[in-house]
Amino acid sequence: MGDDHQQVPGGAQLHRNTLSRPVRTFRVKMVLLGSSGVGKSSLALRFVKDEFRNTSPTVGCAYLTRVVHLNHATLRFEIWDTAGQEKYHSVTPLYYRGAHAALLVYDISKRETFIRAQVWLKELQTHYIPGSTVIWLVGNKGDLEEVRQVSAQEGQNLADEKGLLFTETSALSGEQISELLLDVAHRVYECIGAQQGGLSEWQETPFVHMHHRNTSNPLASCCKVGP
Amino acid sequence: MERDNHQEGEAEGVKICDPPSESNPPADTLATSLSLLGNHMFPDPVERNDSATVNKEEPADSLPSVDTAEEQSQDANLDSNQVTKLEAEETENSGQCHSDVSSQSQSSEDAAADNGQGDSGEFVVTMLAKAKLEEQGIGVKGRSSPLLEAGTQESPAFISHRDEDVTADSWRQHRKHVFVLSEAGKPIYSRYGSEEALSSTMGVMMALVSFVQSGDNIIRSVYSEGHTVVFLQKGPLVLVCVSSSRQSERQLRGELLYVYYQIISMLTQASISRIFEHKKNYDLRRLLAGSEKILDGLLNLVDSDPSFLLAAVHCLPIASSLRDSLSQILQKAITPNLVFSILIANNQLLTIIQEKTVIEDARLEPADVHLLLNLIGASSAFQAGEIWTPICLPLFNPDCYFYAYISYLDPPECTVCLLLLSTDKEAFYAVAECKRKIEEAMVAQNSLSLIAKVQSYSVSQVGVSDLRHFMYKPFDVPDNYRQLTQFTSPEMEAPYSSEEEKMRLLDLYRYMHSRIHSTSRPLKLIYHVAERETLLAWVTSKFELYTCFSPLVTKACAITAITKLLRWIKKEEDRLFIRYPPKYSTTPNPSKSSRGGKSDQQDSTDNGFLSLL
Ligand SMILES: Nc1nc2c(ncn2[C@@H]2O[C@H](COP(=O)(O)OP(=O)(O)OP(=O)(O)O)[C@@H](O)[C@H]2O)c(=O)[nH]1
Ligand SMILES: [Mg+2]
Repeated sequence: MGDDHQQVPGGAQLHRNTLSRPVRTFRVKMVLLGSSGVGKSSLALRFVKDEFRNTSPTVGCAYLTRVVHLNHATLRFEIWDTAGQEKYHSVTPLYYRGAHAALLVYDISKRETFIRAQVWLKELQTHYIPGSTVIWLVGNKGDLEEVRQVSAQEGQNLADEKGLLFTETSALSGEQISELLLDVAHRVYECIGAQQGGLSEWQETPFVHMHHRNTSNPLASCCKVGP
Repeated sequence: MERDNHQEGEAEGVKICDPPSESNPPADTLATSLSLLGNHMFPDPVERNDSATVNKEEPADSLPSVDTAEEQSQDANLDSNQVTKLEAEETENSGQCHSDVSSQSQSSEDAAADNGQGDSGEFVVTMLAKAKLEEQGIGVKGRSSPLLEAGTQESPAFISHRDEDVTADSWRQHRKHVFVLSEAGKPIYSRYGSEEALSSTMGVMMALVSFVQSGDNIIRSVYSEGHTVVFLQKGPLVLVCVSSSRQSERQLRGELLYVYYQIISMLTQASISRIFEHKKNYDLRRLLAGSEKILDGLLNLVDSDPSFLLAAVHCLPIASSLRDSLSQILQKAITPNLVFSILIANNQLLTIIQEKTVIEDARLEPADVHLLLNLIGASSAFQAGEIWTPICLPLFNPDCYFYAYISYLDPPECTVCLLLLSTDKEAFYAVAECKRKIEEAMVAQNSLSLIAKVQSYSVSQVGVSDLRHFMYKPFDVPDNYRQLTQFTSPEMEAPYSSEEEKMRLLDLYRYMHSRIHSTSRPLKLIYHVAERETLLAWVTSKFELYTCFSPLVTKACAITAITKLLRWIKKEEDRLFIRYPPKYSTTPNPSKSSRGGKSDQQDSTDNGFLSLL
């Protein structure tokens, strides 16, 4: 079902961990939100294949998977790379519903994408209970220093104010990409996965429908996102 | 033939069609007002005045009896020596394939030639250019450059022809411009150049549309010697094509309709109407931002792929046993609310199956398939991950969305694509599970490597010398009217290997097509001797056939060749077409349907053809 089939053909091979206790694999739904052209698909491609290619605007939403190994667990990231184009705006809830992690991506060389990221944040917050989703503000295209319109400090300030986490990345150079994914993994595992019912376990044929996950799960709300 | 020439080769004039059930003003008033409009709008009043004509489309005119057409075709055949000669001469004269330019047009073309490529003569281009001047001169002085305005908008880094200079000659010389605007005259899309830079041009177009509308009429087309301008109004959208391709008005309108449908496929008709009801001067580019590439891709396909002209889909020729096994694989991987499963290789259909109970009596229209294929082709984004996107099939239902699951089965090559359409937006995981099953079954049956070997065929396989290329489209007959309309055609080979030569052949086919489908005088059979090839087009109640021969073929040879070709197609049809498209449901497949009854048709058409000799 996912791109990771070649790398991870079956559950057995995930137990590469040296620990005697079998490592469990959890499903993590992560959604990428932000204006068209900020580099969501480029980030997703970095996450999944560590490649940078020229992309076209996403149609609807692209679904990709990537497995991340932590010390005590394995997380199977199901990445929903949404389309930033306005015409898809009305269907986006379909994709972010029930997400454990949301990356709000903007382009540091375009201020209006930064503003747009805040609009996305508002939308997320009106739909979701704080704490059920790890929200990360991502300033992409960090390589475009000479045309920067949003300073790193501004990004950090916004994140602090709203209780988000913040990273600047470059999908082009690969800067901070794997670090970001690993940080998100840790955060999600600590905040959501540690609770019972926070993350569902992955079976090879997942009949559990992620989007039916009860987002008002009271257990999830105890972990307030933020520093 | 003569009359046909005159009616088809309409040199100049404005063609107007009365909307049904509405009263129209007397024609002379209309003609006067139009020539006044011409004076006002166009820089060549003298030329406009004496050549502007108003044509109303009479219903009777567009539906000639079959008898007449039959006679005509026999005439054409009997007199074909004469006709051929005439056409050949004209071909040499103009150096072009389009031989039926009327004398009126010929002379004005000569006149225009003196003026060079500047602003005279080509009044349509001039009209556009003038609008441009107005924009630069009057009324817009203080405004910042529209391009700058665009920069402040949310405009992603995807640029193609958008940055073209619309005042440059190179811009005017594009073979086919397409513009989309809103009823309020707001630019929505331009094939070349940015919409902002063209906003005044589009304003002029809209003025033209609404002026004619105010007289309870609809503007359909404007002819000048070099260009044809075709208008199409669909709901709150106005689509305009300015073409120097010499295609027929009908063909151009058909192409505009594809553009409209592609927009609908992304937004739905209902939401477009809702938006404009709510706000008349809404800027639809907001919603289409990022989709220009899809429209650009569509227009390129329309120009280069005869599927659009023929309104039929081209499927990849494969052994029927392989096609059947692929269909079975798809058929076994179903889930509730899945309605269509489509397998595509190199942007051509391998097989298509459909749920029967959900969509009773429905079939997929070729145009909807074209739009889907274009969407897949235009977006390389599909190559990473699995796509889940809302999409509307405008001919199926212009107002609602399907959810399309799109995934390539052979990464990293990404040539074999699976498309699953569901009516349930929540069905992603279930549908993705279907893909997993399909993938598994295909591995087990080694299908991918079999598909990889599949190729389009060469015309040499037909074994008819002098035959260079053909397009064969069997018609809907009562037996198979619920099937997808398809056509078959070999690879274009030498001398049609270069892009220009391919386009030249397609232009010849388009010309033949427009003659065959002329509203005023449809023909059944055309034998056309062009400069570098000879073409024969033939339409019967059972099929439509276009053939291209080397120039030295004799008519007798061509006719024998076609008989052989039809036999070959008959023999190969299991391979060339998707036959008996499977439907998954509880009812067994009606195996008698589809083209099963074609054996007897074939004979009768052969006879029909031979009797013309
Ligand atoms: N310089 C630079 N360019 C980037 C970077 N990331 C992406 N791009 C470019 O930005 C453009 C848009 O990237 P995408 O990843 O397609 O943007 P997107 O956010 O997925 O856009 P939508 O799918 O329309 O929402 C492409 O031309 C990328 O090559 C980056 O880190 N640095
Ligand atoms: Mg994208």
